[in-house]
Amino acid sequence: MTEAPLKHFPRPTPETEVYWEGCRKHELLLQRCTQCSEFQFYPRIICTHCASEDLEWVKGSGRGQVLTFSIVRRAVSEAYAADVPYVVALIQLDEGPTMMSNIVQCDPETVKIGSPVQVIFEDWSEEISVPQFRPLQE
Amino acid sequence: MAMDSLRGKVAIVGAADTEVGKVPQCGATALCVDAARRALDDAGITKDQVDGLVTCNSMAEPHMYHAEAIAEYLQIFPRFCVSATAGGGTTFSVLHHAAMAIENGVCDTVLISMADSLRTGLSREQAMVLQSSTGHPQFEIPYGATVPAYYALIAQAHMDTYGTTPEQLAAVAVSARKHAALNANAQMREIISVDDVLGSRMIADPLHLLDCSLVSDGGAAVIMTSAERASDFPHHPVYVLGVGEGHGHEHISQARSLTTSAAVESGRRAFKMAGLAPADIDVAEIYDCFTPVVLIELEDLGFCKKGEAGAFVEAGETALDGSLPMNTHGGLLSHCHPGNPGSMFALTEAVTQLRHDAGARQVENAEVALAHAQGGIMSSHATLILGRERDG
Repeated sequence: MTEAPLKHFPRPTPETEVYWEGCRKHELLLQRCTQCSEFQFYPRIICTHCASEDLEWVKGSGRGQVLTFSIVRRAVSEAYAADVPYVVALIQLDEGPTMMSNIVQCDPETVKIGSPVQVIFEDWSEEISVPQFRPLQE
Repeated sequence: MAMDSLRGKVAIVGAADTEVGKVPQCGATALCVDAARRALDDAGITKDQVDGLVTCNSMAEPHMYHAEAIAEYLQIFPRFCVSATAGGGTTFSVLHHAAMAIENGVCDTVLISMADSLRTGLSREQAMVLQSSTGHPQFEIPYGATVPAYYALIAQAHMDTYGTTPEQLAAVAVSARKHAALNANAQMREIISVDDVLGSRMIADPLHLLDCSLVSDGGAAVIMTSAERASDFPHHPVYVLGVGEGHGHEHISQARSLTTSAAVESGRRAFKMAGLAPADIDVAEIYDCFTPVVLIELEDLGFCKKGEAGAFVEAGETALDGSLPMNTHGGLLSHCHPGNPGSMFALTEAVTQLRHDAGARQVENAEVALAHAQGGIMSSHATLILGRERDG
């Protein structure tokens, strides 16, 4: 996409580098606590459940369902204007945590709360690929 | 410090708004000073009597040390000087801290002044991008959500969970405009109908243009002092009876719940301190940056059962002659919304109502008011309960 360079690029931080490196390889990596086995998102240096610092990276299923969404009719900036109307959604991953993303590769009007979705990746640059979701065809 | 320690201990003895809407002749810093000047006049004191200063940062004219910059501009040299970096709930949080500073003897007379120029001090795109920077820089902002879209996420969830309708959301905007029509200072005063709201441009489903608050220039300020000193000022004092905070998350994708907010906690704490219940509130000034926010706050503060606020507003309960007159100045939806200072206008309106100075929009015999602020995306909540009498 020619306008992609103008979008808001995520800038990985030390605790998120592994996550973004996974995205670059088109893998949605999640943190799981080795003590209490809970998954969490976004990446942190401690477990949000038991405060353990012993976290491992696990390749997630990349599947989830739409918890809520909106169809954006007026873009946040010029960089996103070509995408209008686009869907911003909260996805509850099958592993438990919730993340924000876009729902793509579908008519925005067909998106519904509870719809199953599958992760795909949009390559914004050599370093940054952004996870997005498309409807999951059962 | 005990939960009831601030009840009746401090009072607001000065309150004023600047001109609001489009105020191109004033920058954001000057507006903050203009608000301060007006509040000092209202309290009948000079700037040299102020020994505490509270401000919020500005998007149009940011200062790294904002309160210090305003103190310097005014040439005052306070003992207590803080600025909120953001708006919404943090406005009443810093007011809470100022009240504690007065109660603890740190300072006597606090000027709380907040202003910004989102309308003429920034381009439309600058204002949108700056406001949406409340999103997470790695895990939200890249997806292109606008502030209306973030709030649309909670609206959609509330509709899905409770059957709330677009008409009920629209009723919130209609109620606000009805009150703005009675307020000569409000930015938007033309009466609107539910059909007008539903017929306005869709911004982020299910939010139409008229479900969204205004983009404004403006400022407001209050003077707060100890209850012992409050009767020395020209206007009837307005006492702080209760104050409570609740902080649930910063980023909406991390919210514990999309449909129940930390207003539950802030409200419960404020009511407990005041020794009052929702039925005791005569007038409510509730943060209304978007229509669905009002419904969730009405429920979480205990004015309605969960899921019933839509029907409550639709039935006219928030009108001047309803059971809970709400946003009597027109709110952020119709009076003005300059961003970070937004909650201040709810506060100055509550003071005006409790002084019985609100003219055509006066709630008869108003004795106790509630003002609620939230900021971020339903993130940081603070509730104030104010009374005309010190013992509520």
